[in-house]
Amino acid sequence: MQDVVSIKDHHIVLPDGSIEKQTTTLNLGPTHPATHGVFQNILEMDGERIVSAQQTIGYIHRAFEKIAERRPLYQITPLTDRMNYCSSPINNMGWHTTCEKLLKIQTPKRVDYLRIIIMELARISDHLICNSVVGVDAGAFTGFLYVMQYRELIYEIYESICGSRLTTNIGRIGGFERNFTSVTWEKLEKFLKEYPRVLKEFENLMMRNRIFMERLIGAGPISAERALNYGFTGPNLRAAGVDYDVRVHSPYSSYEDFEFTVPVGSTGDCYDRFLVREQEMWQSIGIIKQAYRKVQEFKGVEAGVFHADVPEYYLPEKEDVYTKMEALIWHFKIVMGEIEMPAGEVYHSVEGGNGELGFYLISDGGRTPYRLHFRRPCFIYYQAYEELVKGAMLSDAVIVMSSLNLIAGEMDS
Amino acid sequence: MSLTNDRIKERLIEKFGDQVTNFEEPYGMLTFEVPKEMNLKVMQFLYDDPELKFQFLTTLNAIHYPDNKGGELAIVYHLHNLSDNVRIRFKVYADINKPDVFTATRIFEAANWLERETYDFYGVNFVGHPNLVRILNVDEMDYFPMRKEYPLEDQTRKDKDDEMFGRGGTTGYGTVKTDNDTTIAESEKGNVGDKLI
Repeated sequence: MQDVVSIKDHHIVLPDGSIEKQTTTLNLGPTHPATHGVFQNILEMDGERIVSAQQTIGYIHRAFEKIAERRPLYQITPLTDRMNYCSSPINNMGWHTTCEKLLKIQTPKRVDYLRIIIMELARISDHLICNSVVGVDAGAFTGFLYVMQYRELIYEIYESICGSRLTTNIGRIGGFERNFTSVTWEKLEKFLKEYPRVLKEFENLMMRNRIFMERLIGAGPISAERALNYGFTGPNLRAAGVDYDVRVHSPYSSYEDFEFTVPVGSTGDCYDRFLVREQEMWQSIGIIKQAYRKVQEFKGVEAGVFHADVPEYYLPEKEDVYTKMEALIWHFKIVMGEIEMPAGEVYHSVEGGNGELGFYLISDGGRTPYRLHFRRPCFIYYQAYEELVKGAMLSDAVIVMSSLNLIAGEMDS
Repeated sequence: MSLTNDRIKERLIEKFGDQVTNFEEPYGMLTFEVPKEMNLKVMQFLYDDPELKFQFLTTLNAIHYPDNKGGELAIVYHLHNLSDNVRIRFKVYADINKPDVFTATRIFEAANWLERETYDFYGVNFVGHPNLVRILNVDEMDYFPMRKEYPLEDQTRKDKDDEMFGRGGTTGYGTVKTDNDTTIAESEKGNVGDKLI
């Protein structure tokens, strides 16, 4: 076994003229508990050090872009669920807002605020899983189990609105399928009351834990410049020190009405990513509180508004369908997907759990999109993985993977 | 902080003259067309120019227009100027029989997988790409599935029987004629209402 001559910029420099293979090939994945999803990494190892990494993805490719070319708009929402399934409501809302942009639908403020509550809850559940899984991969299982209870509460809130938990299909074009019930508000209040204490305790457990810090600090760092070049967005980009947040830069769903700060890191390593996610959860709690207060301020008729008035796209009340001709016609046309949408092309993006989740929708005036392209943040930043782990230890490879929050569903579309 | 679409357009015309064409602003985003051999030049200019600074590749994808002869494949680039917060989109059109387009990987690392994906689904050949192989589909696949000649099941087809839905097919429920020249399914159509109500 020849010795490594030097390590330069995280690259291992092997001696000149070494033709014989001195390294070991190690398959990490496709189904390895540490990958948290179905994708493969072929690592070339020199002892414990990683010389190169080659990623293979596509194991759960489901051709969403192709399927979407044959589906009316409302049937595409369930496809978006299955991308980043840790925060599917954000994907759903992203899709609805894209449609609304194409159709030039103005949603009422109350709808926007309700959406923000749901989206920020989804962000919390996404970051919560990511951060606690980083803990698991570093050997600290307790935090993961402890916070899972509050993800459960978030799922119960989804459940009380749309009836499902993981792949939510929540909301409709123009608003929500039904108004929030008292159960939802009770659960939300419970969440707002109890969760900050739990998050604080989780932080106490992890953040200044010496073992945890030593595992994370310096693992998988990336500079701001490289991160931008690699198309990083979301918490991973902000950890590298770039304060790009779609919620601030191109506000959608009335995010401009809210006060929050965009936390940034500096080194772009696993620890900074952890801290940025942690801070974002606190910010999200703040946003939810503001939104909750704003929703309470609506009085009279406005207090019951939960969708825009768009009969062409929003399913009418079931009672009206049975009694009114108009409603019956719209119901039929919507369900059968017989609504022609205006021609045009629109790019819309939202701040997903992992970054800028973009929808590029091209309509030729038909009933289904002519082309729909999803900008999946995971897919784009996973390219940088080799650069992040080159020269690092095997155990870092695992922790970098979980701290990037790689979701196979989102990567493979 | 005030880079407007008009200003971008002006700069582009200053530099490239009438080679950048079809300026539009659908939903506020400046969109234009570039000849396919110019895509890198324009991208590099947009990247380097101290005023434009489009240094972030948001996404890249292709679209298939079978009726646009000679330019069936459109490759669309979305760029973002993060400091002024302006987005633009530009397109190049390539002939489907020779879909060669220069790779953007020299400028943006992010283009690597996006171009592989575009190749995978549309067969766009990115000249100079370091590793242009399929990414999401199986390596053995010998066609480009997102092209329009591979439709999903067509919902308006008339030539399908109901075999897949548990009616007809081999039992002849939906296809075999009865004595009065209708299929069994058709002859039973009248009964449905009564039974339901």
